[in-house]
Amino acid sequence: MDAAAGAAAPNYLRAGKGLASWLTTTDHKRIGILYLIAILVFFLFAVCLGLMIRLELFSPGEQFVGNQGYNRILTLHGITMIFLFIIPSVPAVFGNFFLPIQIGANDVSFPRLNLASWYFYIGGGLFALGSVILGGVDTGWTFYIPYSADTADNVYLPILAAFILGWSSILTGLNFIVTVHRLRVPSMPWFRMPLFVWALYATSWIQILATPVVGITLLLILLERFLGIGIFDPAKEGDPVLYQHLFWIYSHPAVYIMVLPAMGIVSEIVPVFCRKTIFGYKFIAISSLAIAGIGSLVWGHHMFTSGMADLERIVFSLLTFLVAIPSGVKVFNWLATMYKGSIRLATPFLYALAFIFLFSVGGFTGLLQGALSTDIHIHDTSFIVAHFHYTMFGGGGVMFFGALHYWFPKMFGRTYCESVARWAFALFFVGFNCLYFPLFLAGLAGMPRRYADYLPEYLVYHRISSIGSWILVAGIVLMLANLLRALFKGERAGRDPWGGATLEWTVPSPPPTHQFAAPPVVTRGPYEYARERASG
Amino acid sequence: MNAPAQEGHLVPCSVYVWVWAALLCLTAVTVSAKYADLQHLAIFAALLIATVKAGLVVLYFMHVRFEKPIFAVMILVLLATYGIYIGLTFVDYANR
Repeated sequence: MDAAAGAAAPNYLRAGKGLASWLTTTDHKRIGILYLIAILVFFLFAVCLGLMIRLELFSPGEQFVGNQGYNRILTLHGITMIFLFIIPSVPAVFGNFFLPIQIGANDVSFPRLNLASWYFYIGGGLFALGSVILGGVDTGWTFYIPYSADTADNVYLPILAAFILGWSSILTGLNFIVTVHRLRVPSMPWFRMPLFVWALYATSWIQILATPVVGITLLLILLERFLGIGIFDPAKEGDPVLYQHLFWIYSHPAVYIMVLPAMGIVSEIVPVFCRKTIFGYKFIAISSLAIAGIGSLVWGHHMFTSGMADLERIVFSLLTFLVAIPSGVKVFNWLATMYKGSIRLATPFLYALAFIFLFSVGGFTGLLQGALSTDIHIHDTSFIVAHFHYTMFGGGGVMFFGALHYWFPKMFGRTYCESVARWAFALFFVGFNCLYFPLFLAGLAGMPRRYADYLPEYLVYHRISSIGSWILVAGIVLMLANLLRALFKGERAGRDPWGGATLEWTVPSPPPTHQFAAPPVVTRGPYEYARERASG
Repeated sequence: MNAPAQEGHLVPCSVYVWVWAALLCLTAVTVSAKYADLQHLAIFAALLIATVKAGLVVLYFMHVRFEKPIFAVMILVLLATYGIYIGLTFVDYANR
């Protein structure tokens, strides 16, 4: 690939000075950085809440927050982690930064709308934090009816927060779809696009299709609560199962909003660090679309015990098993790419390996819940908590950090200390499994989720889990400290420190505001290292 | 990233006026259908009229009729997806 980058132009970090230049920027890279800062702040806030949950569960009996306080912390942890961290994390930060560069464009199609989506995000975040100031909400992040229509807490604030954040998500998705269609360089046909772009494209369709459903549903709760219109509440001739249908029509595909971009990053990292063309490029690309399509039709598996019709339960069980197929296609293709590759165990690759392991554990335990009979046993136990943390945090969360390590030299023009990054990864991985794996066992033994107290026989699981949370947090702190140090004192990074073949590695690190003085000409696929091999 | 050249209206203004008039007429039909004794067909009549109106807006005001077929395909995919959402939800109600 050839790219004519404006090497003499100042990089995007130095393109304007002062806070105002950042808050009014329409540069996709700067907006990506704005998202990165905001998302990390919300993430650390939610980590603190998660630590409080684990401290409360360190011993049986009431410790320091009480039942009501526990419910409120749990709710805010869920809302912040899901709506403010994992859903926007990869698309809003790395999608904004790298999607235009990877397709040879200088920006997204609607730069102002892009900035507006960040302001929507911040607005939604402030609403969520506002609910804390007003005492918190105890409904859980799912806002299940009829409780959310009856609770004395200020449920309207987090509901409005989720509604506003939905707008941010829709605008980002819309922007990406139009950008991929309209701004791709002519020399890059669909099947020469990087797989990260494919993943973002599939994700964007879910964002614009499913998000409006939950937005309207949440507004219906407010209508029911404040105007007394009977929609979901059986006392008002409504139907609570209808709420669950509408909520999960969005919230299950949202799982794929969180995981698909992470899979796209794995598809970027694996070939680079194995020095091999990716195995089954087209299958990986199409499996992203298949996951988006089938994944949109499996929401009913959250409702197997909610009184849904038997026929419907069978249909949703079948569809749930089907969605495992494209996920399996990706995993096998990554492993086939590694086979006989010149593997370099650098930190980004370690995160990609962790993703494959953790997401596979999460995926296989998901199949247990897709089976109707076993689901009845493990429904609403801590098995579910372990499962979704393995898929969400082990999937989207892990690859957020993997991407941060992979693209850090490009984004900031500096490299981090590799050995510290590996130690941080080791702590992260050990802590993660200590924290969540015991919850599988506790759930199988009958430990219900969302309880602040438990019987003494569950003590050992909770103890290991709480100690795991400390190890995990130590890993996160070490990782962020290492990156923060690199930001100011790291060695200067070259244009292509990893030897990548996609377009972002052809522009300077950090890139100038207009990264391409002329549209680059793409003459080969994104993972072809033949030239390098031929030259030695 | 090149701004498209100003081409003026793709269609004469009169077409928009006719579509607007048709929308007004269909609104009148919706109102009058309420007074006709259609029994349980009333809901289907209202939905049919609303669909025709939405189709006119999408085709003419949103220019889908004059764009490449890919946009029509995208809209049909969206409609099919929502159709499946609603269909699967109501299969539950029909079989509970």
